[in-house]
Amino acid sequence: MSKMFKLSVTPHIRDNTDVQKIMYSVILALLPAAAGAVYFFGLRALWLIVLSIISCAATEALIGKMLGKPLTIFDGSAVITGILLAFNLPVGVPWWIPVVGSIFGIAVGKMTFGGLGYNPVNPAILGRIFLLISWPIQMTTWHKPNGFTGLDAETVATPLAVLKQNSRIILNRDSSTIEAFNSATSKIAELSDSYMDLFIGNVSGCIGETSVLLLLIGASFLMYKHYIGWRIPFSFVATVGIFTWIFGGYEGYFTGPWLFHIISGGLIIGAFFMATDMVTSPITFRGRIIFGIGCGIITSVIRLWGGYPEGVSFSILLMNITVPIIDRYTRPRVFGKVGK
Amino acid sequence: MKIVSEFTKGLYRENPVFRLALGLCPTLAVTSSVENGVGMGVAATLVLVCSNFIISLVRNLVPKKIRIPIFIVIIATFVTIIEMLMQAYYPSLHKSLGIFVPLIVVNCIILGRAEAFASRNNVLYSIIDGIGMGVGFTLSLVLISSVREILGNGSFYGIFILPTAYKPVLMMVMAPGAFLTLGYLLAFFNWIDKSGNN
Repeated sequence: MSKMFKLSVTPHIRDNTDVQKIMYSVILALLPAAAGAVYFFGLRALWLIVLSIISCAATEALIGKMLGKPLTIFDGSAVITGILLAFNLPVGVPWWIPVVGSIFGIAVGKMTFGGLGYNPVNPAILGRIFLLISWPIQMTTWHKPNGFTGLDAETVATPLAVLKQNSRIILNRDSSTIEAFNSATSKIAELSDSYMDLFIGNVSGCIGETSVLLLLIGASFLMYKHYIGWRIPFSFVATVGIFTWIFGGYEGYFTGPWLFHIISGGLIIGAFFMATDMVTSPITFRGRIIFGIGCGIITSVIRLWGGYPEGVSFSILLMNITVPIIDRYTRPRVFGKVGK
Repeated sequence: MKIVSEFTKGLYRENPVFRLALGLCPTLAVTSSVENGVGMGVAATLVLVCSNFIISLVRNLVPKKIRIPIFIVIIATFVTIIEMLMQAYYPSLHKSLGIFVPLIVVNCIILGRAEAFASRNNVLYSIIDGIGMGVGFTLSLVLISSVREILGNGSFYGIFILPTAYKPVLMMVMAPGAFLTLGYLLAFFNWIDKSGNN
């Protein structure tokens, strides 16, 4: 009788990563930005992050139990949703904002569709947009770094909000006074003095999105491990840069403040951590470039001509919805198939 | 007893919104407050009963090929009457319902019941069917608008019932809240039905 061979199904060479390993690597990559959040905005930022993580995990565990599924919170995806949602909040929000946003994002965005892998949109983005349209006042009240001394501390506008307010004055030149116009141009000129602050994160904004430096440190770790590719972040950021360079200036085309737009607001965290979510981004390489370009165009249009000062979360949500059709139309061609 | 079952089918078993999924457009649009929901429900019920009555009376005279335009003419007549009455006696409701009052003409419930029931059954059953479907529609509207108004405004029929510390979920009184409420309620009723059969 010949030797018995073990029979196994392909693939025969396996990497030793699994969902859990990838998720925990992403959490590791987000730690620098979390440390930055606490450094710039105080312990309340840490409290918001913790609340958000606990709410996300509890919601997923509870609903999973109600639906009779095994416990999935230890794969780390609920923790990531919690961290990313908290990163999208201003430091002064009441405690129930991250709780309600987490419950909504996980319950409606993820568990309703069947759990991890079935969600059509990024649950953190969904939670954030839900919070933004339901409680616009709380979600658009920002404080200076190290300026949150209590619930009645002084509030400021983010750099992007300053840009938007003053752009309106400049673009409606005929209906504003000379003083208003001059003050608007000088306020905008002031913004370009703050590039170093914007890069490090010493500006007002949501607690996790301000520090480009710390976010890029984490993102480069993930790219080194090949957990996020270069295509989506690169095409997203490049599109925003090019679009705002061409259309974002006041002295004609090709004069826009593209570097300001790239390092301010939620673009870096959105492009590197939220748009690259494996479940809700395209599978094909060509599709990812299209996805990134689409996100970039929508973000730029909202930032330059829309009602909101920041458009990253809306653009990611809208492009998430188009991912199935992008995947369908960018399928790689099969070699050897007889053409029609 | 057939009368009773013809009436009650519109309330739950063949509820126009949650079972037949008819008339969803005005459902989503006017349920931002209970008052609007009740107003639309009552208006649609009146139109439905009257049009079912007339259509059932003329069902043997209408040629099959042109029955839909004739039904629409009959329905539009009653919608015009109801709209004028509403404008005269409830102008605030007419203002807040806005364009959805004339849109009752193309409300799928009314045309659907005309086509599926009133054009094939006698006058008595048609009227009963109209009342049942109308009441079922109104109850569905009240259910959806209660959820939306309580969560999204903290009030019920204009009376604030939640404490002022409650910051209302503004999304619920906007379009996304309407779709989410309708979707989850539909899922809930489907689930009841499924577990009832097991």
